[in-house]
Amino acid sequence: MVKPADVVVAPAIEMRGITKRYPGVVANDHIDLVVRPGEIHALLGENGAGKTTLMNVLYGLATPDEGEILLNGDPVHISGPADAISRGIDMVHQHFMLVPVLSVAENILLGLEPMSGPIFIDRNAARRRIVELGRRFGFEIDPDARVGSLSVGWQQRVEILKALYRNTRILVLDEPTAVLTPQETEEIFAVLRNLAAEGHSIVFISHKLYEVLEIADRITVIRRGRVVGERLPAETNEEDLAELMVGRGVELTIDRGTSHPGPVLLRVENLRVKDDRGNEVVRGVSMEIRAGEILGIAGVAGNGQDELVEALYGLRRPSGGSVTLRDAKVTGRSPRSMNEAGVGYVPADRQRFGLVLPFPIADNIVLTSYYRAPYARGIRRNDEAILAAAVESIDEFDVRTRSAEASARTLSGGNQQKVVVAREFGRDLSLLILDQPTRGLDVGSIEFIHRQVIGKRDAGTAVLLVSAELDEVLEMADRIAVMYRGEIVAVVDGRTADKNDVGILMATGGHGRPEAGQTGVAS
Amino acid sequence: MTRESPSARGALARIAREAWLVGGLPVLSIVAALVVGSVIILASELLLPNHAFDLLLPIKAYLALLDGSLGKESAIVNTLVSTTPLLLGGLAVAIGFKAGLFNIGAEGQFLMGALGAVAVGVAVSGAPPVVAIPVALGGGMLAGAAWGFIPGFLKAISGAHEVVTTIMLNYVARQVLAWAVTGPLAVPQSPSPVTYAVGNAAYPILVGRNGHLGILVAAAAVFVIWWLLYRTTLGFEIRTVGASSDAARYAGMRPRLLIILTMSLAGLLAGTAGAGVILGINHQMNSTFDTTVGFDSIAVALLARSNPLGVPFAALLFGAMRAGSGLMQIRAGIPVELIDVIQAMILLFLVAGPVLQRAFRLRGVRSDLGAPPPVPSEATV
Repeated sequence: MVKPADVVVAPAIEMRGITKRYPGVVANDHIDLVVRPGEIHALLGENGAGKTTLMNVLYGLATPDEGEILLNGDPVHISGPADAISRGIDMVHQHFMLVPVLSVAENILLGLEPMSGPIFIDRNAARRRIVELGRRFGFEIDPDARVGSLSVGWQQRVEILKALYRNTRILVLDEPTAVLTPQETEEIFAVLRNLAAEGHSIVFISHKLYEVLEIADRITVIRRGRVVGERLPAETNEEDLAELMVGRGVELTIDRGTSHPGPVLLRVENLRVKDDRGNEVVRGVSMEIRAGEILGIAGVAGNGQDELVEALYGLRRPSGGSVTLRDAKVTGRSPRSMNEAGVGYVPADRQRFGLVLPFPIADNIVLTSYYRAPYARGIRRNDEAILAAAVESIDEFDVRTRSAEASARTLSGGNQQKVVVAREFGRDLSLLILDQPTRGLDVGSIEFIHRQVIGKRDAGTAVLLVSAELDEVLEMADRIAVMYRGEIVAVVDGRTADKNDVGILMATGGHGRPEAGQTGVAS
Repeated sequence: MTRESPSARGALARIAREAWLVGGLPVLSIVAALVVGSVIILASELLLPNHAFDLLLPIKAYLALLDGSLGKESAIVNTLVSTTPLLLGGLAVAIGFKAGLFNIGAEGQFLMGALGAVAVGVAVSGAPPVVAIPVALGGGMLAGAAWGFIPGFLKAISGAHEVVTTIMLNYVARQVLAWAVTGPLAVPQSPSPVTYAVGNAAYPILVGRNGHLGILVAAAAVFVIWWLLYRTTLGFEIRTVGASSDAARYAGMRPRLLIILTMSLAGLLAGTAGAGVILGINHQMNSTFDTTVGFDSIAVALLARSNPLGVPFAALLFGAMRAGSGLMQIRAGIPVELIDVIQAMILLFLVAGPVLQRAFRLRGVRSDLGAPPPVPSEATV
């Protein structure tokens, strides 16, 4: 790995005094950023801190109100993404911009079709170059593989190759590890290090502290549109970075205390669920959760977790098996009946399921209870009671808003999730189902929500925590069930589990290693 | 007070901003449409032979339009009468938008409502009015509701898109009507196909020569629909399904049932409009009975941005233009069809709203007032 040397060489990127105002907010307030050639530069900040705006400025998607950009020492005006790409700047978005039905080579060549000159692309030469580029940075890729059949980690590599193919010198990666397993993360880090060693500059956007410490040569922390600090990984640590990022001391790992599991509240037996296309994606899951216990489900996204959770809450009819809650069979009951039976549910996609974005916060607080007293009197809504409940919840769950009547859309991601949490946590529960409860949230909001979950556990609720974030499961769960291809392939103790072992189980289902003998039914 | 205090100015600015957010785009669209209308009037003058070019003709035409719609009591009553079906039809489309449905079937529902009212009205024409009127109106409402139920039901069980089914049902309704008027409901031995009159089921005239009870029915409907949507749990469910059917399912609501219910309710409203035209104006039905209410209602609902309290204003505008167009033709020699052009232009500008805003901002609309009004998400298809 090349360390940035103290030689006088023009920085690959220098952004000076970048200011970008939107009505009512200053997204970037005189931000200075210097990225040297061959440097992996982490841009760290909470959601809404201005990281994305800054990168949009660099990528030509936003025009700064003030400030200038220098590339290799020359001031430039970047008029748009095409201009940015022609100057050797490319971006890998969090959501991949790939066409799943096309091959790797076709995806990479997409948009490079010659506008003039020879009509035909020399596909064979292109495929050779793709293979060669891959090898140069440490991986073998089949240019004819269909992108849709590749794992998420490999799709990301295709995105990176796409940029390299266009002779990118400066690569911006927006939260590249959000969708990866720990092993895939390590692999992509190796690729990035190779890139940097060849002199590419990499801007790595993240809010995961340990990752930033591991991969970055230099870290710039942004809070509320301003640069609040620049650090070298050697001279800082997670606590220091978290404090810079949030502006106050933050407990990174919440003290989960001791749990006191009581009687079994939820019993799932041999549950089978089909997805929308009719494929059985939950294949005979059995598990038990006790009162006052958190069962975590670890798994790479798309291994049946979503369908499992939807079946438990009645949003999806199981094709087999049974669900028992407090000794009552609840298999295939409706969401309303599950809700009334004392089940709280925080869905993975809060903007699609958990909230009605154009509605006031107050309406969202009563979204599952609007038809009951005191929120309804007969068929009439009781607006005073709804508003009063909302004001109380907003206060109790620390939702930052100017009014209970503001629409949910106006809230930041963390505050949106707090509204969902306020609604689902604000009553006595037998079972609490959490699907990706902190996805995309900043450390401050994560800390808050984790505290609330621990509080519910201690109040005797059975908690099911599904998360693609392995660290979250390791931190919170008393027991961890690893889900792989619709089955629970292992259950491990949450306090003693080893991150690597669980990661391997997640990626291979335990077939990749001999010691998969710990496979068993979660009970 | 010669000078406003800063806080009063702030309050005024806030009110102005609110008003702009709600009504800015519709008002701009109307103004722009009237401007285009003037250009068309001027252009048509140039094409006419032996016609002295009159630069002020558009103004003359619009003044005649205004005079014809609001100039005297009878004009105002005419305006109210032509507003009534638009208002009910506008509500029928607006409530669909609220539930995320694009009800293009107001026309068919209107026709079936009219047919239901005439069929039942003729049957009870001898009963005392206090019985006959509600029964005939009920017949129209039910027939309209049934015609709305069908596309709702089809969508709920099979996902058939309501735009397709309601358009097709418009044609079916027209054929059913033609069959009924020439067949089972026809007066025997009549020279042209026509039904009997509704007799005692006719709406009483309350004001002027033709201001019938239907005006009050429509006004009541505005309140009922507003109350239903914003003050009841059912309305909350309808709006939730419209805003996010996934969230509605998650919240334990039943989107399919609500779709059926909303479409039936929309049909009931459009049916009330059709019943009103029969019971209040025509009193019988002949085979040429037809309407443009279906498509005008879509324009009304869009102009009102699906807000039930905005519908009366939008309906009044279109109703007034219809009522005044005759006088415009007489005084300024402008064909009544200009009204259709202006209505179409209003719609065009509404849909092209963002473009219009940019154009007006360029002309120096204050930026704090020029904040883009929210896109009517319920009204996008």
